[in-house]
Amino acid sequence: MPFTPRTAVKEVQDITLLAVRAFFSAFRRPYYMRDILAQMDLVGVGSLLVVLLTGFFTGAVLTFQSANSLSRFGATGLTGRLVAISLVRELGPVLTALMIAGRVGSGIASELGSMLVTEQVNAMRALGTDPVKKLVVPRILATTTMLPVLTIAADAMGVLGGLVVARYLLQLSPASYLNNAWDGLVYMDLFGGLLKPLVFGATVAIVGCHCGLRTHGGTQGVGRSTTQAVVTASILIIVFNLFLTKIILQYT
Amino acid sequence: MIDPVIEVKNVVKFYGDNAVLDGVSFRVFRGETKIIIGASGSGKSTLLKLIMALEKPDEGKIFVQGRDVTSLRERDLPEIRQRMGMVFQESALFDSLTVRENVAYRLYELGADAADIEERVLETLGFVGLADAIDKYPAELSGGMKRRVALARALISEPEIMLYDEPTAGLDPVTSRRINELIIALRDLKNVTGVFVTHRMRDAFTLATQYAINGSGNVRFRREGEDLCIANTRFVMLRDGKIIFEGPDEILRRSEDAYIKRFLA
Repeated sequence: MPFTPRTAVKEVQDITLLAVRAFFSAFRRPYYMRDILAQMDLVGVGSLLVVLLTGFFTGAVLTFQSANSLSRFGATGLTGRLVAISLVRELGPVLTALMIAGRVGSGIASELGSMLVTEQVNAMRALGTDPVKKLVVPRILATTTMLPVLTIAADAMGVLGGLVVARYLLQLSPASYLNNAWDGLVYMDLFGGLLKPLVFGATVAIVGCHCGLRTHGGTQGVGRSTTQAVVTASILIIVFNLFLTKIILQYT
Repeated sequence: MIDPVIEVKNVVKFYGDNAVLDGVSFRVFRGETKIIIGASGSGKSTLLKLIMALEKPDEGKIFVQGRDVTSLRERDLPEIRQRMGMVFQESALFDSLTVRENVAYRLYELGADAADIEERVLETLGFVGLADAIDKYPAELSGGMKRRVALARALISEPEIMLYDEPTAGLDPVTSRRINELIIALRDLKNVTGVFVTHRMRDAFTLATQYAINGSGNVRFRREGEDLCIANTRFVMLRDGKIIFEGPDEILRRSEDAYIKRFLA
């Protein structure tokens, strides 16, 4: 499909419609608790290692760069503060969401896409099940609830990674690094740091489901949908991040 | 006059600019099996999808048990679909579930209790002769076995209407005979209304000329005589999205239409 303003608007419309349908069917029986829990396990536990590694190395490299820049102003002591703020406000939520877009968004799109091209989605409908309820809602709920949890884990690992670098490579005092990091954060960061992953999680899942359920053209189509899901979700995450930051900073 | 179970009225369906179905109308009555025949691409499978309301026609109406499925919303359709069963051309089994879970799917969704589900699964798999395969995954099954599992999955809740999309395509003669007999038994012993899509005339005529009776403890299949119409089966023949023949097999065989003659030969 060529990319024109018309198709872009159509795309936004379809994604919104799917989100609205999913939202309303989430409140009607049956609830598919088992599918929701299975998805939570897949998204949450399954992505933990990737997210922890991302967090750790991001925190470590951030500490290097921050200490390096701050040393020019003789303010190396503020490293902890800068690292904590950057991690909790920006890098933690965004990088975790991007990793999840790559791991979970692609998984959702390819699974639903394969089910669609092999008529399994039609079979499900023919057996009297609403695919939005059975397939889409559990994935959205699982990703939306798990991403904040994963972000917290990534943030914590980031601070730990920074601590390791600060202590062993920059010879900073661990206590002052941690104190400084703690001081840098305000309560509003808790809100902001969790609002972002909530929005990103919903975005990844909805885009993944939308791309998967729109698949056409067999196996090749599944590949196309998967790529599209990751690309669209990643771009949306980056764009939404700007607006969310603006909103959050306004209330801080 | 008895109301038809399925009524298709002037249905038109386009794919792109191409009309796959162009003003198709017919009725299926209770206990009857309608055989839809026609060349590949004549809109047979599309017709089934429209009856199951998996797709909507561009024009026309379809009534199932008196309710217009073309104007119902997706959230209201499950209720009607639960009274229907469909066997897909490629079986369309859930490949992440075992045979047991596939067959039990419908009962599980309806919230039946576990012991009851297990009993019904074993019974239904027994009916299609696949009780041994219960713990296998679809990937471990042959094409014919998959088709029979798909049949079992559709049958478990004892639907009043069955839609078969080429259930015997690509199968060996023994397996397709078995599937045909299952369909005949459903029609004659359980009074299931059916729509059977195929391009294999052999299977179509098997369905149209044989009937099942309850023998002493087992089901027997008989062939009807030359001029009898015992088997409750009618044909609909599609060509380029239009119906070119409708009626019983005896008349179809005597048709003078050149296209039909070529198709039957």
